[in-house]
Amino acid sequence: QPLGLGREALPEEVEAWDVAVLPDGTGLRPGSGSVEDGDEIFYEQCASCHGDFAEGRDSWPALSGGMGTLTDPRPVKTIGSYWPHLSTVHDYIHRSMPFGGAQTLTQDETYAITAFLLYSNGMVEDDFVLTHENFTEIVMPNADGFYPDDRPETEYPIFSAEPCMQDCRDTAPEVTRRAVDLGVTPMGEDGRPAGTIPATFDVAQGPEAIEEPEDAPEVTAGEIAPEAEPEAAAPDPALVADGERAFRKCAACHQVGEGARNGTGPHLNGVFGAEVAHVEGFRYSPVFQQLQDDGVVWDHDALSAFLESPRGFAQGTRMSFAGIRNADERDAIIAYLQSLEP
Amino acid sequence: GADPLITEVQPWASGFGDPVDATPYGMPIRFEEHVVRRNVEWLTESPVSSINFTPIHALEGTITPQGCAFERHHSGAIELSKADYRLMVNGRVDRPLVFTFDDLMRFPRHVMTAFCECAANGGMEWGGAQLEGCQFTQGMIHNMEYTGVMLRDVLAEAGVQPEGTWVYVEGADASSNGRSIPMDKAMDDVLIALFANGEALRMEHGYPARLVVPGWEGNMWVKWLRRIGVHDQAVESREETSKYTDMMPDGRARKWTWVMDAKSVITSPSPQVPIRHGAGPLVVTGLAWSGNGAISRVDVSSDGGATWHPARLSGDVKPKALTRFHYDMDWDGSEMFLMSRAIDDTGYVQPTKQALREIRGVNNVYHNNGIQVWWVRADGEVENVEIA
Repeated sequence: QPLGLGREALPEEVEAWDVAVLPDGTGLRPGSGSVEDGDEIFYEQCASCHGDFAEGRDSWPALSGGMGTLTDPRPVKTIGSYWPHLSTVHDYIHRSMPFGGAQTLTQDETYAITAFLLYSNGMVEDDFVLTHENFTEIVMPNADGFYPDDRPETEYPIFSAEPCMQDCRDTAPEVTRRAVDLGVTPMGEDGRPAGTIPATFDVAQGPEAIEEPEDAPEVTAGEIAPEAEPEAAAPDPALVADGERAFRKCAACHQVGEGARNGTGPHLNGVFGAEVAHVEGFRYSPVFQQLQDDGVVWDHDALSAFLESPRGFAQGTRMSFAGIRNADERDAIIAYLQSLEP
Repeated sequence: GADPLITEVQPWASGFGDPVDATPYGMPIRFEEHVVRRNVEWLTESPVSSINFTPIHALEGTITPQGCAFERHHSGAIELSKADYRLMVNGRVDRPLVFTFDDLMRFPRHVMTAFCECAANGGMEWGGAQLEGCQFTQGMIHNMEYTGVMLRDVLAEAGVQPEGTWVYVEGADASSNGRSIPMDKAMDDVLIALFANGEALRMEHGYPARLVVPGWEGNMWVKWLRRIGVHDQAVESREETSKYTDMMPDGRARKWTWVMDAKSVITSPSPQVPIRHGAGPLVVTGLAWSGNGAISRVDVSSDGGATWHPARLSGDVKPKALTRFHYDMDWDGSEMFLMSRAIDDTGYVQPTKQALREIRGVNNVYHNNGIQVWWVRADGEVENVEIA
């Protein structure tokens, strides 16, 4: 018996939120896009992570290739080699991409990118145009590569035998793999796995040893650090804190702080006040070299203009980020960048 | 000599401590600052589409505090207020509806405890022992007591039509991470959680409302739940085709592998919890769970699986929830190969990693519920190893 809670969902509300596209084409909106258009949009919106030809960059996923690798020691699972339904490609691009700017692509742009991905996987020719009408004619190469969970039939009988309790081994255990050999565990400063429970006593002397309370070691005059020079116009700490929060949307691609490395984007330590494209070893879009040659420096105004409209300020940048309209938010991020150690 | 901590008056025994209201909503005492979520940076390219790990090695009992329960986001944790919250139910229903948070608070409320385990928990260990510490090898899990409303009650309000055999649940964040759930499960024990461990959900756990899908992989526990679509087929979204499918040796893949099979791990001693007290009484403890029901027994071996001893199941044993086990032993100070083996009330016995590999190969990422081996050295140090 209904309780009478909630209100009717209006058709325009359902249309706005229910964007799911199903394998049989249910949910597809009218539209079309060519491989040619898709190539251009992909280069602008997607290539900074997925590579110009959808081959993937760094650890970001490759979207093409990998055909016939699914039984290899390192299978390459791409849209072409693995995804069973084209509907999933359209649905996912439209709802979740580009990363950091979801739900900004139009239907036609989504069709075009989908068409380009079919092309980059060798499934269509370069003059192909994908539309809502020919969409369901596309059969993905790995469409038959999936079957529903069969563990109840194939595994549970094997793993439901009465377990052995005594004399279950013929030989003494022999170590075949040691995680320490790989050295990939996050480590603490003490050289132990991060998060190790600290000892509550002096380990060298054992749990019986009671430590005499020690006086604080005397500090000699030579060890006293000189007082830090007051920073010129240091940014407001509250603004920096706001900026640190707002910076999360940048952190997907830009590292900051101690040990920051270049990733999809350059690290941003010391960017405030530096000349454009100052990080050595980062492959900047050509436009930044041009700006550097023009003597542009990342001062407050330049950063603000760039953050407001990346493609307006630096036409041709591959930074796939729509920009920040709110001036306060831009100021906060700039203050945060200013606060970072070079 | 005599312990000055006893013979001398200590400052805390003489002066004042903190007044009330020093921390209106408290944090753990600073001496426990090592007990935090941790990530493994090389695992993912971006911290907003990443995962971290619950410090299960440092926790006891069964309930995971929200503040250190592992997080998995696909586009970052979002701030969504109760005032801005809307939940839509549409598709194959008689009445497509929109609910506010206040509407949800007027449905009958239910309380349940459930574990949430990422399908990839232990995924890095498929090819062999990789990481030192159960926080990293088994820490994509948490266990909370949820309060909320049954999904079936919300669906009934909209009136599911006969052809409505699946629901598709999605979140309000930028990934909107949708998953399809068969109607039988949706009508069974799925909860729309509004509270966890007695308090509102934390932001990183989907405030103000998330799905709880008991026994099933964590990816389905959609956070910031915003829409429930009722369909006559599975949506086959990215998260149930490209990801969360299980590669098998023949190059095909299992899909819809929702259930998390029975599993256990010894949390102490473990690589992050070495034995520092030497030979003598030793508490071995760990966690066991099954997505198919309740844990009926946990066996512990200290000799690499030659002999096994039933451990004590401590506290309440609840289905599809973490169960704590303890095994009290007298350690002789010699090397041990410590292992635990969970058995659930369907009779399923946690397999070895090798037994899983013989069926599934090593190209899998998900559903590694194999037995963990800890090599305890005579000096009390503990390593993650595999043995033959």
